[in-house]
Order: sequence, then structure tokens, then C-alpha cells
Amino acid sequence: INKVLNSIMCDLSLFQPLPAKYGGRHTVTLIPGDGIGPELLNHVREVFRFSCVPVDFEVVNVNSAMTSEDDINNAITAIRRNGVALKGNIETNHTMPPSVKSRNNLLRTSLDLYANVMHCQSLPGVQTRHKDIDILIVRENTEGEYSSLEHESVTGVVESLKIITRTNSLRIADYAFKLAREKGRRRVTAVHKANIMKLGDGLFLQCCREVASGYPDLQFDAMIVDNTTMQLVSNPEQFDVMVMPNLYGNVVSNVCAGLVGGPGLVPGANYGKDYAVFETATRNTGKSIAGRNIANPTAMLLASCMMLDHLKKSYFFSYVKNLCLNCKCVSSLQLHTADIGGQGTTSEVVQSIMKLIQSKGQLTTDL
Amino acid sequence: MIQLINIPKTFDHECSLCGISMQTVTLIPGDGIGPEISTAVMRIFEAAQVPIQWDERNVTAIQGPGGNWMIPPNTKESMDRNKIGLKGPLKTPVAAGHPSMNLLLRKTFDLYANVRPCMSIEGYKTPYTDVDLVTIRENTEGEYSGIEHVIVDGVVQSIKLITEDASERIAKYAFEYAVNNQRSSVTAVHKANIMRMSDGLFLRKCREAAENYKDIKFTEMYLDTVCLNMVQDPTQFDVLVMPNLYGDILSDLCAGLIGGLGVTPSGNIGTNGVAIFESVHGTAPDIAGADLANPTALLLSAVMMLRHMGLHAHAQRIQTACFNTIQDKRVLTKDLGGNAKCSEFTAAICERVQDLD
Repeated sequence: INKVLNSIMCDLSLFQPLPAKYGGRHTVTLIPGDGIGPELLNHVREVFRFSCVPVDFEVVNVNSAMTSEDDINNAITAIRRNGVALKGNIETNHTMPPSVKSRNNLLRTSLDLYANVMHCQSLPGVQTRHKDIDILIVRENTEGEYSSLEHESVTGVVESLKIITRTNSLRIADYAFKLAREKGRRRVTAVHKANIMKLGDGLFLQCCREVASGYPDLQFDAMIVDNTTMQLVSNPEQFDVMVMPNLYGNVVSNVCAGLVGGPGLVPGANYGKDYAVFETATRNTGKSIAGRNIANPTAMLLASCMMLDHLKKSYFFSYVKNLCLNCKCVSSLQLHTADIGGQGTTSEVVQSIMKLIQSKGQLTTDL
Repeated sequence: MIQLINIPKTFDHECSLCGISMQTVTLIPGDGIGPEISTAVMRIFEAAQVPIQWDERNVTAIQGPGGNWMIPPNTKESMDRNKIGLKGPLKTPVAAGHPSMNLLLRKTFDLYANVRPCMSIEGYKTPYTDVDLVTIRENTEGEYSGIEHVIVDGVVQSIKLITEDASERIAKYAFEYAVNNQRSSVTAVHKANIMRMSDGLFLRKCREAAENYKDIKFTEMYLDTVCLNMVQDPTQFDVLVMPNLYGDILSDLCAGLIGGLGVTPSGNIGTNGVAIFESVHGTAPDIAGADLANPTALLLSAVMMLRHMGLHAHAQRIQTACFNTIQDKRVLTKDLGGNAKCSEFTAAICERVQDLD
């Protein structure tokens, strides 16, 4: 019986174990980060409080200026405790010595958040050059070029190692196909550069093919990364679900975010077997617009909605998501922030979202 | 006549009968549609009376005495002598047993910089207008060093190599290019937040090179930010310099912005003054020999070559003729949206070039 139960539990790998829940309320770790992170997360808390969402935030600050790793280790412990986190991006000062690693990367690898998922969708009311984009990007989040293994073997010659493993490639490919099936998608495209990196990306591609054979209902194809970016800027409607190693994922996700209207609109999620961390998809600190009340709160709000969905509070998810989308529909420029061509401030957008929530009536009657 | 007065420097080159020294350029037609587009370019150059004579050569991989693969010695000799080359697409058979021809050429002449100017073509509409940027990509090392190992079964390691010398060389070239082509800023593209040592070294060398060119504005930007901003507003970029892989991805991204590889020129700069200009599209074997190919990419690369050689007036005339023909829309090859043959398209450009004289 145990074996059967175990295998069922493994099959439900897309459905992570429910995190800390006490008295009907969830506790979620909140990492403000740097730049626009703190102000956007404050708005999220404001909207949650207003909508009576039963989530309590445990705020953990990470000081990026310090070289010691105590802060980030505290954050990691908090996430292990709560299971779920919402975070802003933590600045990486690359003038510091190489031993001081990127805090964001440390978080992802320590918690083994192996899948970075991003849903790029054309939003109504947002002017873009391309229409009808609906791409799910699944990016391997822990290895590849982000292994942080570098050394200077001879002065003036630096080697950086890119690691690709069979285990992680199979794992991410499996995640992508399961997600595609769950969301009713039809086609998965693997993005690679196996013509040049024959062993590394070759292994990745082989793993994708192996997993694909187990999903005959889904169409599978592969595309080289440079051709992919060219296709994305000319004909992005052809893509459905895309799966790729770490660095290409970085490039492709940013290109797609740009295609649908910019970094202020797309939420991202990092999933592991036991933990999930939600943030904006393009992970920008937005230093230049911090503190000026002009940042677009949509990405962070949609990320918090994805978090609620993960916590199985799905009635909130579609509710708040529709509100955000409705905000984009309204043609009044007051409700668009500067990054999508409007003149509204962050707080004005958040206020209008809360007004719409209020106009839909008391939420407590839904419980 | 007014045009001649405006361009006094090239007045001498106007008359090919005056016995002005003709420069010889090595021409490698390539495979597939290569020969027909090379013929098209030669015909247009003739119509424009460009003082160039062509030294046509072949590139096939042959095995040298040590067992290592190389290009035919007479081709190498020709390139070393002429210094400038124009190349069509080369095919690499899959199980050939030898490295790709492009790789062989790159190694033989140490072609360290790949330059791709991307300019929107009026008349060939894409969702992006007013694109005018140049990507300069380090072409010898980085992620394409080809060093890979299987550490244990199921774990593969690829090595990305960044050296001080190569980074210094490409950074210097980028600034030189900016100065020679009246560009105002150079942006280094990197991921030093993640690859601290390797991209950090590259960035340091770019910063050092910037010190010697105070007139050129120098900025640094993360690769992901560049991608994000590029698809939203490509007009904010000017010259971009970066290591191999990022260059590969970004240069193709930029080519996509202006209409694809069929209209994108490219040049490779090597040590010892060698420069090979090429079209970067494939050999298109399905239309080879059918007079359907579009010679624009090779033509624009040849125009880049003329500018490199200092023949600016000819370059401008041919480029204008080409763009005007495309804008006119009457005679266009199939990939540009028309149904004319390659020879008809070429003839239209030749006519315009002669009219512009």
C-alpha cells in the first residue's frame, strides 16, 4: 500500500504539499528585495488586507550590501518553514569579489526551485506590435550556465563551467510536458544550441525527446536559440509551450516579456518539489524608478495571484486576475502606468483595482 | 554632376578608364544559391563601375599533411594577398567528418570580430521601424570554444573561455568601429551578475578600452535587459559589443527585427587586416539554380565591404539603388513579397545604379 501511495504522491509532483496553514490562515514569507520591490510588495499587502485575503506575511529583509550570507540564509530558513514566498529582486553588486554570489541564485539553488514558469499573454488594452501571444515558458532554474563555477587557471584566462545533467534535464522536461497537458496545450518546443554545444545541449535535447515519447498526445519539436529569437520577433504566435536550459530561458523570457508589453506586466513563478517562490518574471530591481510611484504594480499583483492559486485559494486568483485585466481594458490613460504608455501613478492604479474589488461586493460571502 | 562635387574624395575612382588601380577581392561564391547571388553582385558592381576585380576561389575542406583539416592553400594564399573577401553561403554536410567550413575559415584567418549592422529597410515592412544598430560579437572564444567533457555518466560540462587578450581586442575594435563610422555610443552586453569572473573580465576590458575613447559614450547592460528593451524600443541602441554566445543570439534577434537573414549583411574582421564579408543565410538547396534567390544579403555585405575599403560613394550609390528598388515594390523576389526572378531584381538594381550616376 505504501508503495502505491508513494507512487501516487510522486505522480502528483505538480501539486506540491500544502504549506503552513494555521487557523485557516496561511503564512507566506515576504522578501522585499531592492529597488521597486518594497513598494510593490507593500501594495500587494494593501490589496490583500483590503480584500480580506487570509494570508499573513512574514517579512524577511535581505541586505544586498553585506557580504555575509546570514540574511539570505534566514530567508531560506523562513521559506523552508512556510513553504511559499513572494519576493522582490535582490540587487547583485558585481564589483564585489566573485565569492559573493548572487543572492537570488543562492535562494533558487538552495531550495532546489528547479522550474521557472512564466506565462506571456497579450493583455487586452495594452498596445504592442504583436497580437495574440500566449506562450508558456518553462526554464530550468538551477544549473546550466548559472552553476557559478568559475576559475582563473592562468592569469588572463577565465573558465566558466556550464553543467548539464541528465537528472535535471529529465526533470524539467517532465515538468514542461505535465504542465502542457494540465493546461490543455498542444505543442512543446525545446530551445537549444546543440549544433555547437553537442554534448551539453545535446544531452538536454535527448532528455526532452525521451520525455516527449511518453506524451504522444503532445507535439514536440526543437529549435536553435538564435533562430528562436528571430522567430519570436517576427512571428511569436507560432509558439505554445517552450522548455529550455537556464541561460536561453533568461533570453527568451525577456524577449517574450518585451513582446507582450514589458517587465511590469508579467508574473513569474519558481517551483521546486517542496517550495514555491513567486516574483516578477523578468526579475528587475528597477533601481532607476524606485521610490517615484511610477512602477507598474501589475506583475507583482499577478504574481501574488499565482501564489494564491498555489495555496488553493483559487477563487481569489481568477477574481483578482480579472480585475487586473479589466484595468488594462479601460481605455482611460489614467489607469495605465508610464511603462505601457499611460500617465497614472502606481498608487492610482492600485486604488482603482481596490475600487473594482469593492464594487463586486463583500468577499466574505464567498467563503 | 552635383553628386560628383559633393564627393570629391572619390572623384578619381569614378573613371575606370583612367587606369586607376583596381583592387582585387577574393570571391568565394559558396554552395546552393551562392553562385547565382555572387553573379548578381558582380553584375551590379560592374554597372556601378566599382574599381574592383574579382579573384574567384573555392573552399572545400582538404586534409593537410598532419591530418588536420584546412582550406585549399591557393584560397588561403589569395586571401592573404588580397586581404578582403566576399563569401556566399557554405554548406556543412552533417557526417562530413570535418568541422564546418565557416569554422575553418574563422580559425585560418583568426576572424575575431563579427560585425552586423542592422538597419531598417524602407519598403520592407516589419513591426519595427527606425532600427539602426550594430552588433559586434567576439568570434573566437567564449561559449563556442568547443571544450566539453562527460564528467560522469549523465553529467556534462561545457567550458566557456574568456581571455584578457581576446576581450581587449574586441573591445578596442568596437570603439574603433564606432569612431570610424560616426557612431555615438558603445554598450557592453554581459551577465556579470551571474558569471562574475568571466563576464567580469570582459566588462573590465571594455571599461579600460572606453578610457581611450572619451568621445564615445560607454554603457553596460545585462543581456536580459538588452533583450527586453530591444523588442520594445530598438532605437535606443547604437553599437553593442559582447562575447560569443550573447552575440550569436542578439545578432540574430536584431536580424529578425529588420526582416531576417535574407536581408542582413555581415562582416568578419581578422588579424593582419584580413576581412571577409558574407551573407549569413543558408544555401537554400531547394531553390538553387532556379533564379529565385534574393541577393540582397550578399549585396549589402558587399556594400559593407566597400565602406571598409573606403569606397564610400560607390557603397552609398549601390545601397540607395537597392533600397529604392525594394521600396518601389515593382520588382521583388519571392521572399520579399514579389514574384520576380533573381536576374530581374538584379537588372532593376543595375538600372537604378546607372541612373544615380
